[in-house]
Amino acid sequence: MKYQNLFLSTLVAGLWLYGSAAQAVIKVFACEPEWASLTEELAGEHADVFQATTAFQDPHHIDARPSLIAKMRRADLVVCNGADLEVGWLPLLIRSAGNNKIQPGTDGYFEAAMQVDRLDVPTSLDRSDGDVHAAGNPHVHLDPRRVLVIASKLASRLALIDPANKKHYENNRNQFESKINAMLSALRNATEAIAGKSYVVYHNDWSYLFDWLQLKSHTTIESKPGIPPSSRDLKRLLAAVKGQSISGIILAEYQSDRAAKWLSKKSGIPVIKLPYTVGGDDKSIDLVSLYRNSLERLSENK
Amino acid sequence: MSFSRINYYLRTLSPYMLFLNSALFSYSALGQPGIITGNEFNPAISVILDGRYTGYNDAFELPGFQLGGEAGIAEKGFGLGHSEVTLSANVDDLFYGYTALAVIEEEGATVLELEESYLETLMLGSGVTVKFGKFFSHIGYLNAIHDHAHDFTDVPLVYSSMVGNHLTDTGLQVRWVAPVDLYWESGIEITRGAGFPGGENEDNNNGLAVFSKLGGDLSISTSWLAGVSAYRSEFEERDGGHAHGHDGDEETHGAEYTNGEVDLYSIDFVFKWAPNGNAKQSYFKGQFEYFVREDNATVTLEEGADAFSSTYNGDLVGFYLQGTYQFTPGWRLGVRYDNIEPDNNFSNNNEAGIDFDEFLEDTELGADEAITRVSTMIDFSRSEFSRLRLQVNRVDNGETKDTQVMLQYLMSLGSHGAHKF
Repeated sequence: MKYQNLFLSTLVAGLWLYGSAAQAVIKVFACEPEWASLTEELAGEHADVFQATTAFQDPHHIDARPSLIAKMRRADLVVCNGADLEVGWLPLLIRSAGNNKIQPGTDGYFEAAMQVDRLDVPTSLDRSDGDVHAAGNPHVHLDPRRVLVIASKLASRLALIDPANKKHYENNRNQFESKINAMLSALRNATEAIAGKSYVVYHNDWSYLFDWLQLKSHTTIESKPGIPPSSRDLKRLLAAVKGQSISGIILAEYQSDRAAKWLSKKSGIPVIKLPYTVGGDDKSIDLVSLYRNSLERLSENK
Repeated sequence: MSFSRINYYLRTLSPYMLFLNSALFSYSALGQPGIITGNEFNPAISVILDGRYTGYNDAFELPGFQLGGEAGIAEKGFGLGHSEVTLSANVDDLFYGYTALAVIEEEGATVLELEESYLETLMLGSGVTVKFGKFFSHIGYLNAIHDHAHDFTDVPLVYSSMVGNHLTDTGLQVRWVAPVDLYWESGIEITRGAGFPGGENEDNNNGLAVFSKLGGDLSISTSWLAGVSAYRSEFEERDGGHAHGHDGDEETHGAEYTNGEVDLYSIDFVFKWAPNGNAKQSYFKGQFEYFVREDNATVTLEEGADAFSSTYNGDLVGFYLQGTYQFTPGWRLGVRYDNIEPDNNFSNNNEAGIDFDEFLEDTELGADEAITRVSTMIDFSRSEFSRLRLQVNRVDNGETKDTQVMLQYLMSLGSHGAHKF
């Protein structure tokens, strides 16, 4: 009798486990916080999203570390920035994981930046110009207009992988679009107030934010992409910004602030640390708050 | 009439005209006739330039060890290491192909060496990948990593003494990543068994390697990887002395190992720490590997008409421990300690003109002292693609002590390298 109960409860537990496994949840491997956040917006409870990097890591300088291979092994969908940003580690992860669902070219492989037109596509490729990306500037996520295009492509992709919940993804996409549009109209006055202003940036990863807000990048602190400035570069930089009307020196949380602080002290131009991506500061918990928060910080220093 | 107008008419004419339409349209869009160049699908190409200046007094000798593979030290003075050309690409949706060729200059001759050349499956799924061809075995941690991606100019002594720098062979590898949260990969390799410490065998299928690796993150800043591996081969013949050392040392010890078997076991551990997991600013990497090799063979030394033969049992053990610290972007410091120890036993000695003592002296297989080496290095990378390194070794091989100085450049041209953990 006792054993019978044990048998029955094991059976029930087993069925319950089977049932919950059958309720398909898409396992998503998102390379960066912004794409993890977007996937969560669109998929909600239908996806289990793993975020491979944080806002405090340079997404170009990541190792194909063991824990990432383990996650890639079980992923149904890879949502990454693409356009060569993860060239040092994503192809290696995919080759190491033995997972046929997420190979490039399959439905399980999604590169966000390749869904939209990109800025700064180089006309010539030479590494003496630094670590240039042949596919153009990959940091597209700071332009909400482009992110809307990506959202719609990603929602279609989710529906392709999980057709049963197509409606759900479609609804979430519409909701996301209304949220972004509401934000854009609410911020219209603030964006108009700073349009046309000039900034010094650390690396050219703000091009899309500037494209959206119509800001001007005066100079970059890095002498060339990916190459930290030397003291001679800094002196040249100081000469270049002196007497110019520059509203701030912009850098991301994960970037070294030594050079920016030095330049700020010498020139009197304020340093503006922007969250850069979701999780970059306490207030930026999703894409909408990231945009709002970035604009607020820029407005404070106009 | 503009091309777009023609285009419009063509499109409305007939679906059969679509082909012509698109051909015309692309003609007008490009402004020049379409030229089939055949090079849009070039594989990823990378070239590694490796040059050195090496200074030392004594030739590279590890008394008590039979050297094989590529064990050795660079020639004195100016010289080139492996100039490596790598081609890789997805062949189609099912296969990935990789070839690495090394061009080596030694003793005035230019040698072309096929380091690796293999295909790998992409679409088997379930965590399974099959590799077929010539490849660096996945035993240990450093074995599968090419020298230019190591943190020191020369390989650890366990690698030079026990596997001839890298265990390389031709065969088949099957590896499987388990569907668990912790990284757990296991694999098996069946190979010719000809790569050192294996040797020639008739069927070319005597090599067997197995490995299992575990790894994960302890925190956002800390990751680790641990592995166990074993390799076994039976051989009919293995030549002694420097099979392919790059040190210009022409003295080979001439001992030949026949009808033998070799068993190799290793454990490895790698640990990496970077503040917030952001290795761009600074990081520390610690690594440790321990190897044991057991040899059983008939050893023969022939000098003219004289000979000596014996039944040989060797127990070789060794380890290295190293730490690399990037203290500011572009700059790294490293310290490494090597320790290897031979234990050679001979029985059933057959002295035919060469006696046991003479044999031990000629082959240096009588040595049983530990060999130690302390290495320190500092290197600078202007970008991800260049590296300049200064390394100083203090070697004590049980007989002599020597200081080795190496100045090296490593330049990487072409496709972006992989950030392997």
